[in-house]
Amino acid sequence: MSESQFTISSLGKELQAQRTTAVAATRQCVERINNTDNQLNAFITRCDDSAFQDATAADARLSAGSAATLTGIPLGLKDIFSTKGVRTTCGSKILDNYVPVYDATVVERLRAQGAVIVGKLNMDEFAMGSSNETSAAGVCRNPWDKNHVPGGSSGGSAVAVAAGQVVAALGTDTGGSIRQPAAHCGVVGLKPTYGRVSRYGVIAFASSLDQVGPITRTVDDCALLLEAIAGYDPRDSTSVDCPVPDYQAHLRDGVTGKKIGLPREYFIEGLDPEVKRAVDDAIEVYRRLGAELVPVSLPHTDYSVACYYLIATAEASSNLARYDGVRFGVRHSSGGGLIDMYQQTRSAGFGAEVKRRIMLGTYALSSGYYDAYYLKAQKVRTLIRQDFHNVFEQVDLLLTPVAPTAAFKIGEKTDDPLQMYLSDIFTIPANLAGTCAMSLPCGFDAAGMPIGLQLIGKPFGEGEMLQTAWAFEQATDWHTRQPVL
Amino acid sequence: MNTRYETVIGLEVHVQLTTATKIFCGCSTAFGQAPNSQTCPVCLGLPGALPVLNREVVNAAIKAGLATNCRIAPYSIFARKNYFYPDLPKGYQISQFELPICEHGWLDIGGEEFAAKRVGITRIHMEEDAGKLLHGSSAGSLVDLNRACTPLLEVVSEPDMRSAAEAIAYLKQLHQIVVYLGVCDGNMEEGSFRCDANVSVRPVGQVELGTRAELKNLNSFRFIKQAIDFEVERQIELIEDGGKVIQETRLFDPDAGVTRSMRGKEQAHDYRYFPDPDLLPLEVSDVWIDEVRAALPELPGQKRQRYEEALGLPAYDAAVLAAERPVAEYFDALVVLHKNPKLCSNWVMGEVLGAVKENDVAIVDCPVTPTLLAGILKRIEDNTISGKMAKTVFTTIWQSGKSADEVIAEKGLKQVSDSGALDAIIDEVIAANPTEVAEYQGGKDKLMGFFVGQVMKASKGKANPGLVNQLLKERLSA
Amino acid sequence: MKISEQDVAYVAGLARLSLTPEELKTMTGKMDAMLGYVDKLNELDTDAIVPTAHAVPMANAFRGDQVIPSSGSAAALANAPQGTDGCFQVPRVIE
Ligand SMILES: [Zn+2]
Repeated sequence: MSESQFTISSLGKELQAQRTTAVAATRQCVERINNTDNQLNAFITRCDDSAFQDATAADARLSAGSAATLTGIPLGLKDIFSTKGVRTTCGSKILDNYVPVYDATVVERLRAQGAVIVGKLNMDEFAMGSSNETSAAGVCRNPWDKNHVPGGSSGGSAVAVAAGQVVAALGTDTGGSIRQPAAHCGVVGLKPTYGRVSRYGVIAFASSLDQVGPITRTVDDCALLLEAIAGYDPRDSTSVDCPVPDYQAHLRDGVTGKKIGLPREYFIEGLDPEVKRAVDDAIEVYRRLGAELVPVSLPHTDYSVACYYLIATAEASSNLARYDGVRFGVRHSSGGGLIDMYQQTRSAGFGAEVKRRIMLGTYALSSGYYDAYYLKAQKVRTLIRQDFHNVFEQVDLLLTPVAPTAAFKIGEKTDDPLQMYLSDIFTIPANLAGTCAMSLPCGFDAAGMPIGLQLIGKPFGEGEMLQTAWAFEQATDWHTRQPVL
Repeated sequence: MNTRYETVIGLEVHVQLTTATKIFCGCSTAFGQAPNSQTCPVCLGLPGALPVLNREVVNAAIKAGLATNCRIAPYSIFARKNYFYPDLPKGYQISQFELPICEHGWLDIGGEEFAAKRVGITRIHMEEDAGKLLHGSSAGSLVDLNRACTPLLEVVSEPDMRSAAEAIAYLKQLHQIVVYLGVCDGNMEEGSFRCDANVSVRPVGQVELGTRAELKNLNSFRFIKQAIDFEVERQIELIEDGGKVIQETRLFDPDAGVTRSMRGKEQAHDYRYFPDPDLLPLEVSDVWIDEVRAALPELPGQKRQRYEEALGLPAYDAAVLAAERPVAEYFDALVVLHKNPKLCSNWVMGEVLGAVKENDVAIVDCPVTPTLLAGILKRIEDNTISGKMAKTVFTTIWQSGKSADEVIAEKGLKQVSDSGALDAIIDEVIAANPTEVAEYQGGKDKLMGFFVGQVMKASKGKANPGLVNQLLKERLSA
Repeated sequence: MKISEQDVAYVAGLARLSLTPEELKTMTGKMDAMLGYVDKLNELDTDAIVPTAHAVPMANAFRGDQVIPSSGSAAALANAPQGTDGCFQVPRVIE
């Protein structure tokens, strides 16, 4: 499969034309996983049996002529989505034995289209990490070089797509958790506008920042998968009731005359020269395609990491209070009282990074510190949002690097959480502003590790952003490169 | 009671709402179901589940706010109150903290033991209830989450009450209002209307408040009074003995009639309130408020006032009739059909309330409907039947559901008001009782009752007593 | 130091986490570094700034008061570490 990895659109055409079957496509993925996952560790839970059942049902639907876009397409899910009857760990020991009784809304939507769910993908514990190293299921490895991290937190999703284990995957993005691993693995990842995709059934990290999005091989697929999962959900109060556009309609319209902003705060010292060169090359591509490149400023960018880590950890400290060993999950109790049970369960169940964030968030909300930390961060968030609001009066979208460097080596940053946090500086602002952003391949460094380009769109400007990304993808061949495994 | 001290009481009341479903999920709120049978991912706090606000809860809050003279906030938000307890599935309670939906209200209370006064209502906010923790087994405690996520209003008063009597008067009025509004069933034993009391004392004349104790487990008006009275005595004695009241939660023990400290059994509170990111701000427009206002029932205070001022009823009657909405509605329906308010009042407070109580039926199910009762009252007023006879008619209608006129005709109860027919009976009575006639004429006026009774008996109760009286007087004085 | 070991121990209590003495020390160091870093927010004057709770301004999401069948007690207890008589069992709570 490595020579001709399917995409949603190419496999879809083959299936519709009955030149292949969903069962055959699923078998191909399962074999690929069998052959590669012992090296990569992208899967936490596989569902081969139910995947073949899904595929058989999809083939019946294809024969009946009632197929949808995703019918028979083998997909992977980050292990953060609640899947009925399929173990969902969120990368944590505390949920090691948790088998949900309900499907997340996005999972329902995939199932309704007849997609084949191949398995649950590795991730940083509770999506807290930028390298997939905090997973209780063990580190997941970058297919381009297995000594490097795949990025995080949706590391397994990016790896599975890059390695051809699945055709596409869903991830979640709270501060870059789709875009950064997509960039590090040489695939396409999109974080929609906050409210565009339902969060119901998505295990919460930071509720005001979390969004679900696609990780795919091509921009075209990204548009297809986004369209399948987007839209209002009455079960999520924060989902927005506005129609989902046909993202295909203007995908191929080009970028002539489009104003693309280059925020100077994103081209700073500390940006790896090879990353800078790749992004500069991308800028040239856009210039050649007829876009107008405009220098702009987002003056509060430098405050975004501090702002983010207060808001995200505060929300997380509360969101993770439900893991108390009472109703689900792994309980630890040595026969003491209730408080002992709570403390043992949570101390044994959560990893070090999760505990650090719970602690920081609890502190930021605690009596006497709320105004100085949490409220202050919410106010700075307003300033960061205003930056985007202002800049989108001048330009149609923004172009930036995804991360300051390509994927680093496993273990390189684990001792210094703050350094790890700072590597999210280019992805975090879009989450704070609630707007959409995506990552697409734009080159490789000297070590052969992929480099990602970030486009940041206006709120609900996914269509225009995809159109801009598609033009770049057509003009380059980075997305056709595949890791050798 | 030591008169050198003043008691200061503020009350926090939890009003459980009668919505069909929970505040943030579609599970039923029905009481008494099998443990954990009325749960779903949302109210179990399962990973990934999200709350969505029940619009009817907002309506109930607006109703309660308007009925207690509150300002309804155009913008309010939900917050998370974070603490760990097994009956709290998410590890936080969704409540309102800053920016609650209602603020700055008041209720006027009056009673025999104190002068009428106004009690301020600081705020009313919406929140979810916790589940139930059962302490049955020795192996451990059991958690039933059927009640988790059911909607509550928390009504917080100002520390404006100065005695248990005032506190009870305030609570009874609040209870009456929420039950009237139909937002709460008012059942205190089942916990639908729960009260915590903040009690402190201070030397008379001192401006600053004393340290307060929060009293819990007060699930009847009687217990509330007992608990407050005990606590006031306890605090005064403590201060008199040179001690200091400490701010703490105290549990009322109804068997011993005392309050006990919960000290050491709860951790210091640091609830880390912050706006719940899963819920949107609530914006209540003037149009919405006006819609709710227009649909509000007439409230007990307004009814009492109307009964006294427009219908001319005594204050006692007005209070009895207005106390419960179904009774007031029965009376209101009756008084429209029969425009003698005092006669209507007498019959509702007497026969109707007596009969429904005796037969243990709700007044809305009273077989003698306002229409049927109005039929009886009409025949009393036009002298077709006597008041005494009317009671028989009432009982017959209760059993048969027939109209008053049908019953009167069937039983031949029509009063004899024809003086010719009565004269014959009176003649017989006078002839049969010569001794009494002589005594009467000798000045023993009291015997008039005897003669009336004899005539009524001879007429089998059908004689018009007024007419009999008049005719007897004429004949005996002749 | 922005935060003491005593503060960290208090916060751990609130969060129901138990930390060994070494963990407490490490945690204090890491939290101190983070708090030192986030201090940079104080460079900004935010007195007149309205806080942002939701990035996309929205209000009023409701559901109607219609009963949706519950998932039932078997589903509720499906993942319970310890269940008895249709209830979740926890170590005895002292009253
Ligand atoms: Zn529920």
